[in-house]
Amino acid sequence: MNAIDTFRDCTPRRRMRPWFAAAALSALLAGPAALAQTRGGTLGLIASPEPPSMVLAMNSLVAAQYMGSKVFQGLLTYDGSMKPRPELAKSWKVSPDGLTYTFELQEGVKWHDGKPFTAADAEFSIGKMLPAVHVRTRVVLNNYMASVKATGPLTLEIRLKSPFAPFISMFEAGTMPMMPKHLYDGTDYATNPVNQKPVGTGPFVFKEWKRGAYARLDRNPDYWKKGLPYLDGIVFYVIPDTASRAVAFEKGEVHMLKGGDLEVSDMRRLQKMPGVDYTTKGWELFSPQYHVQLNHRKPPFDNVKVRQAIQHALDRDFIVNTIFEGLNRPATGPFTATTLFHDKAIPQYPFDLNKARALIRESGVDVGKTPVKLMTVTLGGNYDRLFEYIKQMMEQVGFKVTLEAADAGTWASKVSNWDFDLTTNLPYQFGDPALGVQRLYITRNITKGSPFGNNQGYSNPKADALWDQAGVELDPAKRARLYSELQTILAMDVANNWLFDSDMPTLSRSTVRNAVTSAHSLTDSLDTVYFQK
Amino acid sequence: MNLAAFIATKLGKALGVLLGVVVINFFLIRLAPGDPAQVLAGESGAGDAQYVENLRRQFGLDQPLPTQLALYLKGAVQLDLGYSYRNHVPVLDLILERLPATLLLMAAAFVLSISLGVALGALAARTRYRNRHRWLDSVVMSSAMLLYATPLFWLSLLSIIVFSVLLGWFPAFGMETVTAGHTGWARVADIGAHLVLPAGSLAAFFMAVYARLTRASMLEVMGMDFVRTARAKGVTAGRVLRVHVLRNALMPVVTFAGVQLGQLAGGAILTETVFGWPGIGRLMFDALMQRDYQLLLGVFLVTSAMVVGFNFVADLVYRLLGAGAASAGTRGTS
Repeated sequence: MNAIDTFRDCTPRRRMRPWFAAAALSALLAGPAALAQTRGGTLGLIASPEPPSMVLAMNSLVAAQYMGSKVFQGLLTYDGSMKPRPELAKSWKVSPDGLTYTFELQEGVKWHDGKPFTAADAEFSIGKMLPAVHVRTRVVLNNYMASVKATGPLTLEIRLKSPFAPFISMFEAGTMPMMPKHLYDGTDYATNPVNQKPVGTGPFVFKEWKRGAYARLDRNPDYWKKGLPYLDGIVFYVIPDTASRAVAFEKGEVHMLKGGDLEVSDMRRLQKMPGVDYTTKGWELFSPQYHVQLNHRKPPFDNVKVRQAIQHALDRDFIVNTIFEGLNRPATGPFTATTLFHDKAIPQYPFDLNKARALIRESGVDVGKTPVKLMTVTLGGNYDRLFEYIKQMMEQVGFKVTLEAADAGTWASKVSNWDFDLTTNLPYQFGDPALGVQRLYITRNITKGSPFGNNQGYSNPKADALWDQAGVELDPAKRARLYSELQTILAMDVANNWLFDSDMPTLSRSTVRNAVTSAHSLTDSLDTVYFQK
Repeated sequence: MNLAAFIATKLGKALGVLLGVVVINFFLIRLAPGDPAQVLAGESGAGDAQYVENLRRQFGLDQPLPTQLALYLKGAVQLDLGYSYRNHVPVLDLILERLPATLLLMAAAFVLSISLGVALGALAARTRYRNRHRWLDSVVMSSAMLLYATPLFWLSLLSIIVFSVLLGWFPAFGMETVTAGHTGWARVADIGAHLVLPAGSLAAFFMAVYARLTRASMLEVMGMDFVRTARAKGVTAGRVLRVHVLRNALMPVVTFAGVQLGQLAGGAILTETVFGWPGIGRLMFDALMQRDYQLLLGVFLVTSAMVVGFNFVADLVYRLLGAGAASAGTRGTS
């Protein structure tokens, strides 16, 4: 398995596009048939790759979230347009100054061991456990949160040090899972035996996990949403081989596959089978973008004209339509089309080899003098062809490129330590530029130690000032203006050579209903999923 | 050398080998770039430098290497193979959970390949010896050649397509039907059905090897003086083949069986991958990719202990069989 193996699982978000209204309308028109949810049935899914743990506080691998979000829940969920919806919190208020968040929690919620879920659990999770162990959330909580307090048995108050507009987008199970205080407080979180039999509030209860074979969740009979879930249980099969996964889906033992589970060609084949549904919705919260990352510290990539030339030399339409067989969408800038404040009207780099060669001449850099290595981490056959393509196109404009294959560990280590010429990366944008994009370009994030910082070494003081301004701005119109200006600057500087907004398809048997209902189908509890009889 | 001394020497060597395996592997796996903390952060698509540093401290990776090795050895002696922080599970638990699946697959493939292989090889040799049905020899040997040359992953996928997708005789993946809730004999039958395709594919290659080995070795023995003498003395052809020829011809087969067991003990990564078989080979492969040092060392230690054990048994069998064959040979020529 491999580092970015996990992010192969990804799609974009279309903000409140007609599909949404159409879906609602067709549900109405379908009438009683659509309402006849039936109880029963066990849903077969694939754990790919098999995650090490499903305890969401300590592991936010895509694969871990896919499993753990049926057991653990957050205070909120988000619909396809990223609007918050109640989950463990039944209502919430944000003060006008953007500093105080108040949550009213649901009544009658119980942990799987029977103990009641209260504001004390939320306070413990947000105030103590997540700031210590959550890979992403800890940074935001430690930087922005002043205090979190249970002001009543079911009321929670969070105070921030400074306004942080995207904070409200951070309350789903993958980002801020609620953890049981009575089982974790005062223990060593990592070695706590309860990690092997996770206890949450979700619609499904941990039953057993035979590593390498399957993990099994059973229906929670005491689930706090009355009458739910519809399913008797969920089984996550561990099938490491993509061809065997396709067979399992064809045989009907697995009912739903996500993009990363299959090679694109297999997916295109299964998509055409009768009785199979296909969608790329449900990944808006993650919105990953695939880009080529050049090391700006070294020649020839320290020259902006050279970076612009590379952007002209790569045909993003060809990459999407031919190499990826129509999957993904060509990137038009540093923000994915589904990230908030995305602006299309910024400088573009249409495919033009002559323009690329001209730019290189203008730069005065002899690019052939410095042979470079493209460090690759394969995520499947299509990616292998992409690497070959990048090499070919760069060589057509004068570069000398060799491919250097790396496994996940090697890649993470080398990118973390800036030890590369050029490579590719697929970071999530998490729906909001302040959460997922800023970290890749702001100067203070030029640090060693993590592969998801500003590892290319891009620095522009003007951009830095804009990031800081936009992060604390609460007025959406003003934020949009600041981010438009930023996108233009990043595009002019070619702060990364973005290729495509990554699509994350979901393939399901048509009998499986309600599978994709939010901006994060991955971290959905699936409590309303049912089999149509 | 008497048997007790033989066993003591072998055991002493075995312990030395195990210590070597641990120490060499301990340093070897650290030569690969990246560590478990970086991989974990890498997979999450996020993670700042401080987070990675915290993990490293928790994993004990901030200690000097000799200290880490000493701690590991001290634990290993007490059968404590450490904790997989990645999986939040003690290493020994992870290994013991996967070991039965590997042993089952291994035993099935081993028995299948050696019994069928030797039987087919003997059959082929017999047709030559009696000079009847020579076509059978050609059929057996060319089939063996075909199996020998077919890549394992291709054979595995093909067997899934034919026997699972098209014919629906056997399940395509996994070790048992998770949702069926079988118990007792129903469960045994269910696991058996799941075992057929992976064990069959895995056995195919070795079966071919055994068939060729047995046949070649038998043909060689058939030409020896003591066989001619036995025939001259009027011993029936069947008895000559069974007692005089086959028994003496088995030595190379046993030698090779020891090698096969050693290979199987490390798990059959390819077979486990294609059939989703929850064995130790996948565990090792994943641990390597994830730089889960403790788990990887644990798997190396356990599998090499098994290899050493099997070789020990093979040596013992060889010794006993050698003594038996010698006496049979003596009887034959007297």
